[in-house]
Amino acid sequence: MKLSSWGRYPISDSTECRPRNNAALAAALAQTLHTHSADSSCIARGMGRSYGDSALAPWVHTTTALDHFISFDENEGLLRCAAGTTLENILRVMMPRGWFLPVVPGTWHVSVGGAIASDVHGKNHHLDGSFSQHVESLRLMLASGEIQQCSAQENPHLFHATCAGMGLTGVITDATLRLRRVHSSAILQRTLRASNLDDVFALFEAHHDTRYSVAWLDCLARGSALGRSLLYLGEHADDEGFSPIGNSRVSVPFTTPAFLLNRYSMSLFNSAYYHKPVRNALEQRIEAKQYFFPLDSIQHWNRLYGKRGFLQYQCVIPDATALPAMREILTRISDAGKGSFLSVLKKLGPANHNLLSFPLAGYTLALDFKFEPAILPLLDTLDQIVLEHGGRLYLAKDARMSQDMFRRSYPRWEEMAQIRAQTGADRLFHSLQSRRLGL
Amino acid sequence: MKNILIIGANSAIAKATARLYAQEHCRLYLLGRDSAALAEQRQDLLIRGASEVDIAPLDVTHFAVHEAVIDQAVGLLGQLDLVLICHGSLPDQELCQNDFDAALEAFNINALSVISLLTHLCRHMMTQNSGCIAVITSVAGDRGRQSNYVYGAAKGMVSRYLQGLRGRLFPHNIDVVDIRPGFVDTPMTEHLPKGALWASPEQVAQAVVKGIAKRRTTVYAPAFWRLIMLIVRCIPEFLFKRLRF
Repeated sequence: MKLSSWGRYPISDSTECRPRNNAALAAALAQTLHTHSADSSCIARGMGRSYGDSALAPWVHTTTALDHFISFDENEGLLRCAAGTTLENILRVMMPRGWFLPVVPGTWHVSVGGAIASDVHGKNHHLDGSFSQHVESLRLMLASGEIQQCSAQENPHLFHATCAGMGLTGVITDATLRLRRVHSSAILQRTLRASNLDDVFALFEAHHDTRYSVAWLDCLARGSALGRSLLYLGEHADDEGFSPIGNSRVSVPFTTPAFLLNRYSMSLFNSAYYHKPVRNALEQRIEAKQYFFPLDSIQHWNRLYGKRGFLQYQCVIPDATALPAMREILTRISDAGKGSFLSVLKKLGPANHNLLSFPLAGYTLALDFKFEPAILPLLDTLDQIVLEHGGRLYLAKDARMSQDMFRRSYPRWEEMAQIRAQTGADRLFHSLQSRRLGL
Repeated sequence: MKNILIIGANSAIAKATARLYAQEHCRLYLLGRDSAALAEQRQDLLIRGASEVDIAPLDVTHFAVHEAVIDQAVGLLGQLDLVLICHGSLPDQELCQNDFDAALEAFNINALSVISLLTHLCRHMMTQNSGCIAVITSVAGDRGRQSNYVYGAAKGMVSRYLQGLRGRLFPHNIDVVDIRPGFVDTPMTEHLPKGALWASPEQVAQAVVKGIAKRRTTVYAPAFWRLIMLIVRCIPEFLFKRLRF
């Protein structure tokens, strides 16, 4: 069958299995291993919310049926659940009881396994690090079908290769997460307007102690307005208010023609968004779902980018030269007129011990571009800027990075290759991405 | 807090529905074939908020044990506020039309076992003068189609049975809900290609809970199937027999 992930590019021809339990998963791995086709490699897949080709392979083992809670320690907030459990599922059950996930990405339609494999980060990375830093332990099914328990203390090498490991060490079967106590399901949000890039950087630094922060940026603004943005700050409310989480009904029912997204429509949207009435710095109370997952209220929003899909470009630049580098990147993009609806800027905290983890102390910028051949040379130019400044690209968003760029920006790739060889993972687990990156 | 008996509890729709009731702190009794999967589900439902969860193995094709199993469930739960029957299988139509044993098995699983269980259940429920019986049938039961008529006939048999039972139980204040899902993406349909009409078990579960709460008689899940099946039922037979679906 034809399979693609959230960016709808690329599309692979894959055989998908959905094992119902660990025994069925082991059987599916054995079957893949003993298939004598040209390429019998496989990769685990959760909700398919990575953007590019990280969850695509000739054989795909989807974990959505492995989605049960296994145990919950109400005192410590330790939740053990199967890897296919979605963050939505966890939050719907746990938030009304006063527990929140310590790190959430921009969508709750991701599985726990996927969140660990991509080591996702959230709006609190500068204070709390990424998802895997709150994973007490996990269990991993190796290529042999054997299940290994690992954590930062137990089998630490395997643990740090599996967290942010893009599924390349095996299939995560379940994990124990440490949840955060909250006293409300609401977030107190403040919105600050920044008139240019210097401004928004200064605001990020000034509000370093705020738990959550993220900036939406008008990537088509130029000159003195380059990098003008809205900074959203958030803190958990403290008022014992727990309202039930509603269901959204808005959906993009079909793929819209890509020409609707052009420099004029995008420039108009970006400008209108920037100028929307904002009561500067005034505290507003909004539901956590709305603060963390605004796009989840529109189902299938990826269809807006047309039949050919879109590319997401997310880079991080170390603190030292983040400002000039971002200025250069934004100038190149606005010069090319290839804007994106959603440009997000975020300050990140220090890197962790995972071999392929994306975040490092600096700033990250994420942009969407509808897929068109003309976009590729522009992204290659941006790659050069990112490399010059010692930055890198997020593997969960990537569909096009070169092997050379990967090896230069993820210096621990060789350790990853070693662990893959030691555990036999390299005989079985490959995604289209790992093939492209030479892992 | 309601006492709920779920038969075929390992089916994807049953699981998704049980989760919704667990969040309402209901007390659940799960019957299913795979004990290990039931035990796994029990843990899950307790974490989600179920006040109590009991499990017992049941192979619905062993008609002889039905009475004892139902007695045991009633003994444990006392009052049955809701009985949800979810088990089923999607038989291979081609095999069934050439091999009667296969067709018989399909009828045993999808229709006769349900009727046997309902026979024993009704005895208990009529004494309590309240409660609800909900059975997962299928839109396939609305009209026999050449590509899937063994399954359709079995599900249709259950729908007809429920129609009659509904009248019989009405004076006893017991609701009988016929839930007819369309295409649902579950392990039962894993081998079929999926299109725009397909729904998730979670969507169906929401329709089930809502339909039962509103005391509906027939629930199409998702709701648009009511319109589709209305049209399908209206096609005259001389035309319908020429359609290859």
